[in-house]
Amino acid sequence: MAIASFADKGADLELVGITKRFPGFTAIEELDLSIPAGSFFALLGPSGCGKTTTLRLVAGLEEPTAGQILIGGKDVTATKPFQRPVNTVFQSYALFPHMTILENVAFGLRRRKMSDPVAKAHEALALVELDHLAARRPAQLSGGQQQRVALARAIVNRPALLLLDEPLGALDLKLRRQMQLELKTIQTEVGLTFLHVTHDQEEAMTMADTVAVMNKGRIEQMGAPEELYELPRTAFVANFLGQSNLFSGSVTASTADAITVDVAGVPIIVPRTRAKRHAGEVAIGVRPEKVSLLTEAPQPVAGRNVLGPGRVTDVSFSGVSTQYLVEVPGVGELIVFAQNMVFGPVVHVGAEVWVSWNADHGFGLDDDASAVPRFPADASTESIAIQRRIALEEELEQA
Amino acid sequence: MAFTAFSSQAVVEQAPRKRSFIALVLLLPGILYLVLFFLAPLISLVITSFQQPVLDGDVGEYTAGFQWQNYTDAMGEYWPLVLRAFGFAIIATVLALIISYPIAYFIGVKARRWPLLQSLLLTLVIAPFFISFLLRTLAWKQIMSDEGPIVQFLKTVAILPSDGHLTGTTFSVIFGLTYNFIPFMTLPLYATLERLDLRYIEAGADLYASPFTVFRKVTIPLSMPGIVSGTLLTFIPAAGDYINASRDFLGSSSTAMVGNAIEANFLVLQNYPIAAALSIVLMAVILIIVGIYVRRSGTEDLI
Ligand SMILES: Nc1ncnc2c1ncn2[C@@H]1O[C@H](COP(=O)(O)OP(=O)(O)O)[C@@H](O)[C@H]1O
Ligand SMILES: [Mg+2]
Repeated sequence: MAIASFADKGADLELVGITKRFPGFTAIEELDLSIPAGSFFALLGPSGCGKTTTLRLVAGLEEPTAGQILIGGKDVTATKPFQRPVNTVFQSYALFPHMTILENVAFGLRRRKMSDPVAKAHEALALVELDHLAARRPAQLSGGQQQRVALARAIVNRPALLLLDEPLGALDLKLRRQMQLELKTIQTEVGLTFLHVTHDQEEAMTMADTVAVMNKGRIEQMGAPEELYELPRTAFVANFLGQSNLFSGSVTASTADAITVDVAGVPIIVPRTRAKRHAGEVAIGVRPEKVSLLTEAPQPVAGRNVLGPGRVTDVSFSGVSTQYLVEVPGVGELIVFAQNMVFGPVVHVGAEVWVSWNADHGFGLDDDASAVPRFPADASTESIAIQRRIALEEELEQA
Repeated sequence: MAFTAFSSQAVVEQAPRKRSFIALVLLLPGILYLVLFFLAPLISLVITSFQQPVLDGDVGEYTAGFQWQNYTDAMGEYWPLVLRAFGFAIIATVLALIISYPIAYFIGVKARRWPLLQSLLLTLVIAPFFISFLLRTLAWKQIMSDEGPIVQFLKTVAILPSDGHLTGTTFSVIFGLTYNFIPFMTLPLYATLERLDLRYIEAGADLYASPFTVFRKVTIPLSMPGIVSGTLLTFIPAAGDYINASRDFLGSSSTAMVGNAIEANFLVLQNYPIAAALSIVLMAVILIIVGIYVRRSGTEDLI
């Protein structure tokens, strides 16, 4: 598929000290980012955190207030958008309304005087399964179809760096799954560099080699998806990427390989290597699926943390697993995910339970303890929805 | 429609009839207006154009007939004026477009961030309308007169020969037409450009199109509705205009347009059938040109 005149491989992208200020508003602050050539990089963050602005800066549609942008080692900060080896899949699609779908897709090829633009455009449209609509106008397509055309229009150019601004947001689950795989295939096949912006943590984690979590114009943490999930460094990451049980307390003991934190009078052990701060007031946490529920007070065992007794305040069954909310006096509400090994939930609302987890699974945050909410937010409908979706997706994959 | 979908069958059947009756009532004033002020004069004009002179009658006395030779006579005598009218109108329209587009683009796109500046500039575009069309045209005659500073200057730098004039030339007539119709071009252009979605321009730039190519391939096609209405609003009145080309204003006998011939035949020569025939020819040619133009510009599915 790759043609000699296309970029034969991805280019690396480097942002050095990028700041972007709009009148009276700083959208991006001192952003340093380095994306190796050929990688699939996801920029993950809530709406309004500056993701689109970052992409626009890279595409050249916005000028940075300070800092430098390097693509493939070349400083492009001062070059115009049309001179950059970059294509964007716009969040708003921005398909030309006066052209057919085919002409939209062939637009970039024609500008670069590629041979056989029509055939290549058809090929790209076939890739997104829309070749049968090639003669239509964008206004005659549904939102999801337009989004796929926008994808085809960018991918057909095989740019060294492809910027994707929430490119799958308007697609239904099945199609999104399919397009995720398609994107991943294209990316690995041609070795292009993808910078994928999304607010969907799951999409970021399943697709990307590296995920950067962005918040209020800054990168909070960056790393491989598993690493980010297992070892979040800030409360924001811990809660934006999945859910977490967070506690705060002061460090009472510190050994060569663990620290002990006093959480409402209970000593909680966190491995030293998994904790960012080792003294004073600290914030620590554990993922809900690492926690197990016990109906009887456990014997103290070295290497296990125990909180309790507490009361189950909510049970929500979601097929694969069940989510329990446990209110522990003095500590707050904890979330526990339990696999459904037997039929139905094992305990019911009102039951007295203890929670326990392997001390190795805890993590210590870099945040100021005072900045961390003492108790995790209550189980939102969103988390239940996420659970449902995970279950659905697993079903889909098996089908 | 959405409402009828939920109602019972009987209502569904009644609704259209009722609606068409109301629609008719609402349309009535418009239809009456058209019949009274467009259709009736048009028919009268057509009848006049076929009238024949009364035998042994006075000058200006005509009677009903079917003298189609009026058309051949009129064209035989005035075809150069018809050609000149369309030539001038086309040139003036193109010039007005070239001058107005940057103005409209600046006001509608570049000045978007400053609404106050936008309104101020729009007011400036309309400002000439506050003064009578005739006065403004006369003022230009003064400015371009032989004793005026412009002619003096042009003579000094030898662009104009020492016995040259500006008034009464093709130049001054086209200048006047262009000047007078620029607001008619600028306003519709502004209306489209003001709504132009800049994200398309960004998408064009992202897809390797230089600013000039983006302008050609994206901006111009997307502003086509404004271009079409602006050119029509300029071309149609310009083709029939008789003020600018008149000897009393910026023209001379060598720059007369078909409008001047119609005026002369109606008001001076009292040759009503010839004047009517010329008017109908003018109207027919405009209709044909406009029809072809709207078709070719492919704006049917943009509007
Ligand atoms: N042209 C602009 N002028 C002022 N503020 C802007 C502009 N563009 C974006 N912003 C602000 O910058 C912040 C980041 O926006 P954006 O990058 O679009 O966020 P997102 O992460 O949702 O894509 C938002 O708070 C937005 O209001
Ligand atoms: Mg965005």
